[in-house]
Order: sequence, then C-alpha cells, then structure tokens
Amino acid sequence: MATATIDWGANQQRALRSVLPGGIGLNVDVPLLLTMLAITGFGFIVLYSAVGENGSLLLRQAVRCGVGFCAFLVLAQVPPKYFRVWAPWVFCGVFGLLLLVMIDGQVGKGAQRWLSLGVVSIQPSEFMKLAVPLMVAWFMHDRSLPPTLPQVTVLALIVLVPALLIARQPDLGTALLVVAAGGLTILLTGVSKRIIAAVGVVGLVSAPIAWQFMLDYQRARVFTFLNPESDPLGAGYNIIQSTIAIGSGGIFGKGWLNGTQAHLEFLPERSTDFIFAVMAEEFGLMGLLLLLALYLVLVGRGLYIAFAAQDTFTRLVAGSLTLTFFVYVFVNAGMVCGLLPIVGVPLPLVSAGGTSMVTLMAGFGMLAAISGQKKRLAA
Amino acid sequence: MENTERPFKDQMREQKLFQSRVIVCAVGVLLLTAMLVGRLVQLQVVDTQHFTELSEGNRIRTAPLSPTRGLIFDRNGLLVAENRPMWQLVAVPEEIDDLDGVLNTLKRLDLLSVVDLEELANNVRSRRGFERFTLGNLSESQAARFAVRRHRFAGIDLQEGLVRHYPYAGAGVHAVGYVGSISSDDLESIDRGEYAATSQIGKTGVERSYETILHGQVGYRQQEVNAQGRVLLDPASTEGGEGQPGLLTRWPTPGKHVVLSIDMRLQLAGARAMGVQRGAVVAIDPRNGDLLALISTPGFDPNRFAAGLSRNDYVALTTDPDNPLFNRALAGRYPPGSTIKPILGLAALDHGAVDPHEDHYCGGYFRLPGSTHRYRDWRPQGHGAMNLHSAIVESCDVYFYRLAVELGIDSLGSSLVAFGFGAPTGIDISGEAAGIVPSREWKQQQFANPADQVWFPGETVIAGIGQGYMQATPLQLAHAAAAIAASGRRFKPRLLIGTEDAVSGVFEEAEPVEIDGVAVADEARWQRVRDAMLGVTSEPGGTGRTAMLGTPYTVAGKTGTAQVFSVGQDEEYDEENVDERLRDHGLYVAFAPFDAPEIAVAVVVENGGGGSTAAAPVARAILDAHFGIEDHGDSYD
Repeated sequence: MATATIDWGANQQRALRSVLPGGIGLNVDVPLLLTMLAITGFGFIVLYSAVGENGSLLLRQAVRCGVGFCAFLVLAQVPPKYFRVWAPWVFCGVFGLLLLVMIDGQVGKGAQRWLSLGVVSIQPSEFMKLAVPLMVAWFMHDRSLPPTLPQVTVLALIVLVPALLIARQPDLGTALLVVAAGGLTILLTGVSKRIIAAVGVVGLVSAPIAWQFMLDYQRARVFTFLNPESDPLGAGYNIIQSTIAIGSGGIFGKGWLNGTQAHLEFLPERSTDFIFAVMAEEFGLMGLLLLLALYLVLVGRGLYIAFAAQDTFTRLVAGSLTLTFFVYVFVNAGMVCGLLPIVGVPLPLVSAGGTSMVTLMAGFGMLAAISGQKKRLAA
Repeated sequence: MENTERPFKDQMREQKLFQSRVIVCAVGVLLLTAMLVGRLVQLQVVDTQHFTELSEGNRIRTAPLSPTRGLIFDRNGLLVAENRPMWQLVAVPEEIDDLDGVLNTLKRLDLLSVVDLEELANNVRSRRGFERFTLGNLSESQAARFAVRRHRFAGIDLQEGLVRHYPYAGAGVHAVGYVGSISSDDLESIDRGEYAATSQIGKTGVERSYETILHGQVGYRQQEVNAQGRVLLDPASTEGGEGQPGLLTRWPTPGKHVVLSIDMRLQLAGARAMGVQRGAVVAIDPRNGDLLALISTPGFDPNRFAAGLSRNDYVALTTDPDNPLFNRALAGRYPPGSTIKPILGLAALDHGAVDPHEDHYCGGYFRLPGSTHRYRDWRPQGHGAMNLHSAIVESCDVYFYRLAVELGIDSLGSSLVAFGFGAPTGIDISGEAAGIVPSREWKQQQFANPADQVWFPGETVIAGIGQGYMQATPLQLAHAAAAIAASGRRFKPRLLIGTEDAVSGVFEEAEPVEIDGVAVADEARWQRVRDAMLGVTSEPGGTGRTAMLGTPYTVAGKTGTAQVFSVGQDEEYDEENVDERLRDHGLYVAFAPFDAPEIAVAVVVENGGGGSTAAAPVARAILDAHFGIEDHGDSYD
C-alpha cells in the first residue's frame, strides 16, 4: 500500500487512476478513501481512550485496519464483471459453510456460529451479509427490471433461506441484518410498490408468530429495550449506563480521556459495541455530528457511485453495499442511545473487532472498483 | 455495454427506475439520521443536566444486596448451620487517595489480619472503582476501635455482615459440608449476577448440593452518592424511599431452610465412639433411605473455612496423613470382608447353589480341586460341621469359599450389584465413589496386559469372603444392610427431608425415592438370612455377640475384617508385628430392631483389627443413641 501514489489534484468527482513508475495503474476512489480513513482515524482516537490507553489492543486493531486496507486496495483493482462471475460461487460457498456450521459448528456462548479452520475460527453468517446482496444482484443482472412476481419469489428465497439458517443458530441479530441487506437490494431492483406494501402487511401480521419462536434471551432483550429499568443489574444496565454517558457528554463533551462513565468502568463493552457512547461522552454532540457527517459523506459517495454505475449488477451491488453500511451505523447508534433494542452490531470502522473491519473495507474496495469501471469505460 | 444480451431491455427506463429508488433510499437515510440527531439532541442538549448530575456530581450506584443464606436443621430441629452477624472492613477503591498508606495504618492499628499488604493492595486495585471490597472481618472491639477513627479513613467503611457458623463444629461436617470463599472455579458454574453480593458458597456436602436452595436470590438497591462516596440518598434505608424517582430497590429473597435426615445425637455418639480412630459410620432408615448418621473421622472444623482459612492452615489440613478432608463415608473404598456373607448366602439360596440344611466340614482351610493352594479360615483349627446359618453366625470362611465356587463369579457379582455395590448409590451430596464389583468384564477393562485379563478360579474363592478386588464404601455397606432389613426394598439414600420457606415458614417435605429392589424368588429366604444375622449377635459363637450384650432392643449384625496386608502362604498374621497402617480394617453392619427394622448401620474402622472388637462397639453406640439409651457406660469402648 505504500506504493500507491494518489493524484491529489484530480477531479474528486471521478474515480482516479494514477500511474506508477512501473506503469501499474492503481485504482482508488479518493473521496471514498479519504472519508474512510478519516472515520477510522477518529475511531482510533476514541478507541485509545476506551481501552484505557492499552497499547497491545490498539496494535491489534491497527493490524486489522492494515488487513482491511489491503483487502480494499486489492478488490478496488478487480474489474467488477469478475464480481458478477464470482457471485453465485461465493454465495454457494458461504451457504455450504453455513450448513457445515449447523452440523459441526463450535458452540460459543450457547449458539452455533463459529467454524474452526485450524488456526482461525470463522463465522460464515458474517459473510452472508455480503453474499446475499451479490447473489440478488447476480440473479437480476441479465433480467429486465423491475422483477416479475415469480422473480421476486426467487429473490425472497435467496434472502430468507440463509437468514432462517442463521436465525436458527441462533443469531437473530445477524439474520435480521442479512434480511436488511438482501431486502434493500430487492428494493433497489425497482420491485413494485404493491409488493412492498404486501410484504409490509405480512411482516406486521407475522410478528406475533415470530415472537412464539424467539428464545427467552431474545425476548428478554426486547423487554429490556422497552423497559430498561426492569433489569438494572443485567441487560438493562448497559443501556442505562450508555444513555447516562451520552447525555452527560452534553454539547461539547467532557474532553478526550476525561469520560467518567467510560474510565470509571460504568460503561460496558466500551471498545466494541458501545464505543459510540464513549465518543458521545468525551466529544459531545459536536463530535457525534462530525462523525455522522463523515458517515453521510461516505454513504452519499456510495449512492453516487451506484447512481452513476453502468449496468444492473454494479448498480445493485453498489447501492446495497452503501445502504447496508448505513444500516449498521443506524442500528449501532440507535441501540446505544436507546432507540433500538440491543443487537450485537459494531459501529462501522470504529469498534474494535476484526471481521467487521475487514469485511467493511473489502466492501468499500468493491465500491471503488465499480466507481473505477466508469473511468475505465470512458477511457 | 455490459448487458446488451437482451436487446429488449430498456436501458434508459431501468436506469431511471433504479435512480428513483436510490433517491428514495437517500431520503430514508437522511430521515433516519435526523432521527438519530434528534435523539442525541434530546439526550445531550435537552436532558443533559439530568444525565450530568447522574454521572458527574451525583452518581447512581446499583448496589447488590445479598440474600440471607438458609439455615440447616437436623431431623429433630437442632440448628446445624446458622448465620452469625459480624463486622467487616470494606474499601471503596475509587475514594481512597493513598491506598498503601491507608492499609499500612490499618495494619498498625491491628485492624487487618492479612500478612501480605502488597497483594491486598493489588486485589483492591483490580476491582472496579466503585465496587466495595471486603478487607477482612473484625471483632466487636476492633470494630469499635475503627469506628472512633473512621473520619481519618476516606473510602474505608464498616459493614455488617453475616458469617456461617456451625454450632457442632466437626461433628456433622462430612454430611453438612461447609461454605468458603467463592473461587474462580466456582465462578464458572454460577450466575455472577446472583452472587454479586455474596462472598461465600457451599463447597461440600449439603451446603454444596443444595446451594441454590440455601442461597436465595440477590436483590439490589440504587443509591445516589457524591464524589466522596457518601451516600446522599439511599431508598433502602428510608421509609417509603422506594418511591424516589429513578432509584429502585428490590429486596433479596432469603434462601430456604433445609431440614436434614441426620440425627445429631447419633452423629455425636458415633464421633465420640470412633474417638481418634480413622474410619466411617453410616446409619440409614431402611424404610425411606433417610441417612440418620454420616460420619467420617477424623473430621475438621468447618467454621475455620467459613471464617477464612489461612493458606498455612489449609496446607496443614491437606497434608495431614490422616486426611481429615477426605469423606471416608462416601469415598473411602474398603474390601467389605465378611459383611457381604449374608448377601452371598441369599444369592446362593436363590440360585439353588446351596442347601441350607446340608453340613459342610470346615477343617481350617479350603483347596480348589487339583490345586495345592490353601485358602485359610480366620480360625486356624476350623469350625467343624457348618450349615448356612452357623457359617454366617460364626463367619466361617471355608463354607463361603465353597459357596462362592458353587455360585460362580457371574451370579456372585450380579447379586452384589443388585444390592447397590459397584455403583454410586445416588446420595444427594457429591463425592461418592462407585466401588468395585469384580467380574470377568471388569478385569478385561481394568488390565492392559492380556495375561492379567483372565479371571482365575482363585479370585472367585476369595470373593466369597469379600476380599480380592472387591471394594465398597461405608455408605454402600449401610445401604445394603438396609436392603436386607427391608426384604429387598431399596431407597436412594438422602440427607434432605424437607425445606422450609424462611419468610412464610411453609414446610415442604421431600418424598423418599424408591429404587429397583432386590428380587428373591422365595420371601422366606430373607428371613433365613436375617435369622442368621440375629444369631451373630445372640447365639454362642456369634462373632458380634460381645458388643451387643444386654441391649434392650434386638439387633441383627455381621462382622467383617478386611485384609490390608497379604500374609504369605505359610506365615501367621501377627497383629503385634504388623505396622499400624497395615493392620486389618474392622467392619460391622447391623440393623435393629430385628422384627421391625428402623435403623441400619455400617461401621468401618481403618486398621482397627477385627470387626467384632473395633467396629461393633461403635455400631452399639449408634444404636444406643438411636433408641435413646443415654449412658451405656464405658464397657464397650
């Protein structure tokens, strides 16, 4: 990555190709890259405070960022048509892994999610968040939009079958995110408003039925969300403490490294799912507005890339990658400030954690590749 | 262009459709972001004063409230485990400026018993800043001494606590068990939230196996405290304080009281009769499996564990050669010796392997056909003509060598298994050993070397007198004696006979659990065997007669002597010349009264010599205590 030279003077509305002395062109999307790095950098500053200035944790996070950044650079160089060719294989492969987890998964925290591959353990359900939108986009790439009813049925199966498998692990949070990712892709295909309305009605009607199938701890989370005071020592504790942290931050925050909620260890999961609260306490509303603005720039850039993309597949992929990214932001921030029930979703590009960092940056790599395609075609 | 395969695709229309959807989504993104910002403004601008108070000036502390541990009673209502109030010195780490200095001062004032101040300081620092850390227990005078100097110690406080106390000290310890500090191993198996305010947990015995009943449920209270840690508002301490906005209290639910089947009178009598001897005593009610006594000697004082045992004291206990922590009643494995002869007699009758009226001559030794090896009787000159009855009464070995060979190891083993040998009896506390009932399969599994896996006929011979590979726990022996007394009915041995709600006082009785009984074709065979056991204590020549002379109740019994040390083929076993640890174990099983048995007892005295001299007097003491005979005198001691 050190060899990348970026033509800072180029028109930032377009993807950029710079030429190295060796004649190797390296494609990156400058606005995407800069915003991504800005958020990651901000995240590091907050993480430094959240982990109590613990060097080795920061180093691990830096390594993850490095790996993620490599994935970004590599994928950004791949012509998007290869994504299309790979899409069904990726989907089938991840689906196979998911089945394998069901049969032979390690039981961690009472759920079968992890698959041990010797050195590393992987969680196939995480990859489904990428594989499902890819598969939906692949299915539609040579069909005319909007999809017909039978086609919508196939698309729904592509989304729901893996989601059900994940929900059975049981990992309701990830299952819902897979549904969100796939659903948003279907939405972008231009599926008719009547079908959208019908799905909405079915969803409302089936909610009580789904409630019957939920596990006790999943129901408890919903109860805790509705009334955190009911369990102030257990799950409610997290949400009570995080709202105190956010609220006490005020407009300008208590200042970096001065968050009492975080440093007196009132706040749980400070470096992972609840890092948003650390940021809120130390940097206040101003810090959060800056962060949200950066996220909006990233999402805006992604939607622009989708808007300008040249074919159905890349449009759908770019659109769904961007919107899913926003869903993560919203779900995490909403959970931490008490708008949504507790779902284990990290704050994108900020929370400590490897899988999320690497898959997100890989996703942005694909976005950059799609953005670069236009340039390539124009050239 | 990429997708021109289908010429009728309307590129422009599709792009427009997609772009319109992207715009809809972009609007959605903005709306949701606005929602987030709205929520943040509400928290950080509108309500920020409230939250700032909560977090900075006034902090809400959620303090867990520990439930009171349930009491333990014996079957007659005697208190076996109680909670005593006492003072504890606690530290709130975040409020202490100079931790080392404060600890040193406390040590100088003799308020800290801990030796290693540095380790203590590290322990305090490792806690969350607002978590109270217990530094140690204080006596009344220590507490008073601290109270007058309290103003000098910011962040150090007195706290009233309860400590477990066992009024009978070591007398019931192997049944009741004890509590101790929660270890990291314990943490693996408990709900940490439930134990947030609890420092001790049941470690062994009833305290452990009924931990969830005894412990109760944790409560909590929220307090407002200022930066110095002074409690500004504690709803739990003010009348009607539960109504304070934002401050909640949930009172803990005390643990239930537990009523044991144990009779402390028997427990004390047995411990006294055992004296300094190592061994175990188990008494069972044959009608329901109630354990009336469960003694393992030497015992130890559980109060030392409850009060916090120093490392040195613990090491001293674990390295004691007499192993007082070891529960011999449940886990001690002894060759049952002749105590199993009534069971083998019954099995032989049931298999038709012996005619009860037929006499066999005992000349002091037994030889397998075609072998010169002599299996000796305990009486060198022999017993003369013996039938089943007299062979049990006089404990003739030769008769039972022959009987074992006639019965065969397979039937012999299965009859012992039916009485509960070779498997845990299922008593409701942990730590029970299975013991061994040897069989051909057992030997195959036990030994790796094929030459050792073969079952030898000689091994069947010595199995007939409960020697060889066979091992049984005192609990199994008492359980089997109870089964004989109850004509084959068996109950899971139990220590808990009921629980009592500490608040409502409602008593909930536990039902006895009957398990698979011993099936015998002819019920009269039970009486035949029991008659022989009565003969042991009543007929001239009965091996258990001396110890049971003059009892106002009728006793049936059986002595046993288990070899620890193998005597060579032509040597004599001479008690005087054998090291004390290699002397025979003395065993005795009994039940009483003979006609309507209500107690079965098994006694094992390690290295005590013969069963009739070492073990039978202990059994007598237990039976006397059970039948309310207070002062038997010292004639049997």
